[in-house]
Amino acid sequence: MNRARLVRIIGTYGVLIALAALILFGFLRYDRFLSFYNVMTLLRYNSMFALVALGMCFVIMTGGIDLSVGSVAALGSVASALASPYGIVPGLAAGIGAGLAAGLINATLVTRANLMPFIATLATMQAASGSALLLAGNQTVSVSYESGFTAIGQGNFWTFPIPAAIAVVAYLIGSLVLNYTGTGRAVLAIGGGEDASRLMGLRTDRVKFLVYVASGGLAGLAGVILASQFGAGQPIEGVGWELFAIAAVVVGGTLLTGGSGSVVTTLAGVLLLGILFNVLNFENGMGWISLSAYWQSVIRGLFLLVVVLLQARLTRRRLNAL
Amino acid sequence: MTRPPDGLFPLLLEMRDIQKRFAGIPALADASLSVRSGEVHALIGQNGAGKSTLIKVLTGYHRKDAGQVLFEGEPFEVHSPHQAQVNGISTIYQEINLVPLRSVTENICLGREQRRYGLLDWNAMHAEAERLLSRFAIGIDVRRPLGEFNTATQQMVAIARAIGFSARLVIMDEPTSSLDEREVGVLFSVIHQLKAEGVSVIFVSHKLDELYEVCDQVTIMRDGRTVRSAAMKEIGKLELVAAMLGRDVAAVEGHATAFGERDRSRIGDVMFSARGLGAGQAVRNVSFDLRRGEIAGFAGLLGAGRTETARLVFGADRPSAGQMTMEGAAYHPDRPADAIAAGMGFCTEDRKGEGIVPEMTVAENLTLALLPKISRNGVLDDSRQREIVERFIRELGIKCSGPNQKVRELSGGNQQKVLLARWLAMNPKLLILDEPTRGIDVGAKGEIQRLIRRLADQGLGVLMISSELEEVIEGADRIFVLRDGVSVTELEAEAANEEKVLTAMAHGTSASSEVTT
Repeated sequence: MNRARLVRIIGTYGVLIALAALILFGFLRYDRFLSFYNVMTLLRYNSMFALVALGMCFVIMTGGIDLSVGSVAALGSVASALASPYGIVPGLAAGIGAGLAAGLINATLVTRANLMPFIATLATMQAASGSALLLAGNQTVSVSYESGFTAIGQGNFWTFPIPAAIAVVAYLIGSLVLNYTGTGRAVLAIGGGEDASRLMGLRTDRVKFLVYVASGGLAGLAGVILASQFGAGQPIEGVGWELFAIAAVVVGGTLLTGGSGSVVTTLAGVLLLGILFNVLNFENGMGWISLSAYWQSVIRGLFLLVVVLLQARLTRRRLNAL
Repeated sequence: MTRPPDGLFPLLLEMRDIQKRFAGIPALADASLSVRSGEVHALIGQNGAGKSTLIKVLTGYHRKDAGQVLFEGEPFEVHSPHQAQVNGISTIYQEINLVPLRSVTENICLGREQRRYGLLDWNAMHAEAERLLSRFAIGIDVRRPLGEFNTATQQMVAIARAIGFSARLVIMDEPTSSLDEREVGVLFSVIHQLKAEGVSVIFVSHKLDELYEVCDQVTIMRDGRTVRSAAMKEIGKLELVAAMLGRDVAAVEGHATAFGERDRSRIGDVMFSARGLGAGQAVRNVSFDLRRGEIAGFAGLLGAGRTETARLVFGADRPSAGQMTMEGAAYHPDRPADAIAAGMGFCTEDRKGEGIVPEMTVAENLTLALLPKISRNGVLDDSRQREIVERFIRELGIKCSGPNQKVRELSGGNQQKVLLARWLAMNPKLLILDEPTRGIDVGAKGEIQRLIRRLADQGLGVLMISSELEEVIEGADRIFVLRDGVSVTELEAEAANEEKVLTAMAHGTSASSEVTT
């Protein structure tokens, strides 16, 4: 039983330990690592991934997957950029609305047509990417700088980046929903045994529906921040975001098979990955190594693989130890 | 136990003439069930009698095709287990349908969470879970994942969950199958409490003694129909078993099977023997001998431990007690491969799930277990495979267009022959056949039975499990009756008749004295 507890603690809090270690490493090695500018830039940039990962976290906890988040974010960024001349609210509404629409399609395909989440969201991924390119006329769409739309991505709340504040609020709500609402518990129950949950009288389809819609909406919101932060709707952004999100969720100790997970540690997973790439950038800057963006993709892929393998082993040991 | 005369308690549930077909095949033909308030009602029947389907119609899992359901006097139609629960019907399924990764509290309270200021009130929910479990004399840390506790505790959690829904009717589908005696006692006391509170219970079980201990009324189903409904104290065990199996205790017909005459002179010395085999609750004390050239039949009700014993013999599960010998030497298989090496074969009951591979051809299915023997350096020897396959198609009379026809296109009987051939090709000494003729049409059934006799005559030892009484009585040279995991009776075929076997299944001994509890 003690070993089981130890294994569980490592599975749940390992990410926090790793995060602390990485921060310590960066602090000792680079002068400007913990500088105000670096920290705030890091938070501002990674808030987009944090939002996408939050949606992904809920989907994965039901035992599903949402591969469409990256291209849905791209679609959201284009939609919000197009609406940005009308102000902040229309910009937000357009981006989130586009995301919700995509999420609605995923939700319908998974719960009504009973498609495998992997296939359904893969199809949506292609469709959203195509829609983004069509809507943008195959180029980036500049946002309006007069309407105040750029404040969402570039502004500060006192000195704290607004997108990061949005992410923090989203995670607070997410954590509350997961731990203190029936829907949240149903999410985990479904991931732990869908048939059992249905026989227990839970409305599994409704909960799954909500989860995919939420994931789409959050991806749309991330798209709004993308457009606002970089001044343009970017139809070809978002490639590989789904992998980043999946990696962050899994690093955060959420089981890829569903049924067990946490919102807070997912945020830690996002920060861990974000800081990892930040550290790589510092290394680049110091001239020791030279890593292109392509290499970052390779590392991201390998990292996910290692974490999933580790998790599979930990889970097996955990179940054996029971 | 005392019961007020009929009519004192009002009818709670009435299901009339329920019909349900799956892909055109009737699962329920004419099923009825009436349960009064505060009554514990036994629902019994053989495998495939339609008990589970009837329950699933009631709980909204399946939609009925025809018939009427009244609950508390009102027409009752639900479309999901959720609605059934809301309307006061809770179900405890046979397989524990809970979520092992989640905490005990969540498993008990999911679907009726307690809230405070709109958010979940964990303290209240933990307290509620503890309160419900205390009725079962269980004090566990309800915050821990359910999967950390043993099966019996999980079963109790499932029951606590069902009761927690302040149900009017609790359905228990074989709730005792994973409980030990003490826990069964606790469960029964809870059932009595429920009764006293006016809650009705539908109790599905194959353990006759339990039914007499706890139930007031019984409904017997067979082939999707309700064949009998009576007060428990008015029906004897023998009568109960006979009704379940559709046998008229008095009338024993002539030959109903195609096994043909037995030739005792061909039976050799003891090849395999088991003494005091045990594993969990399913197999508690089983002993039997199997001789060369002999067909040993296992008779017993569902859940008597027949298949479970066969799995122990075949090394699919490990015994916790007892000894086995094969050809005079001690035999403890760790895995089926050991059993196969010792010369055994096992045709499972679940032909589709564990036996044939429907998308593969007759030849491929037939030589699946044989591959290492007909390969040279990992390369399949085509001509050798062809030779073996054609020999068995001829000898067993497998009707197919040729070795390359897909097995799924064959009839049930021919699929069974392919399975048999797969094991026969290994040249076994002992073959275990679990329900060898289930789901096979009459003509093919006769062929399989003749084949089994011929194989035994050639010196093969056959252990045959069958729920069809005449198959065991006419086919086997020696009959072992299992009851609640114990081999209670051994009968030489010549001395066996239906009444003796039925009596052993009902009472545990073959003495044909009618005892009512």
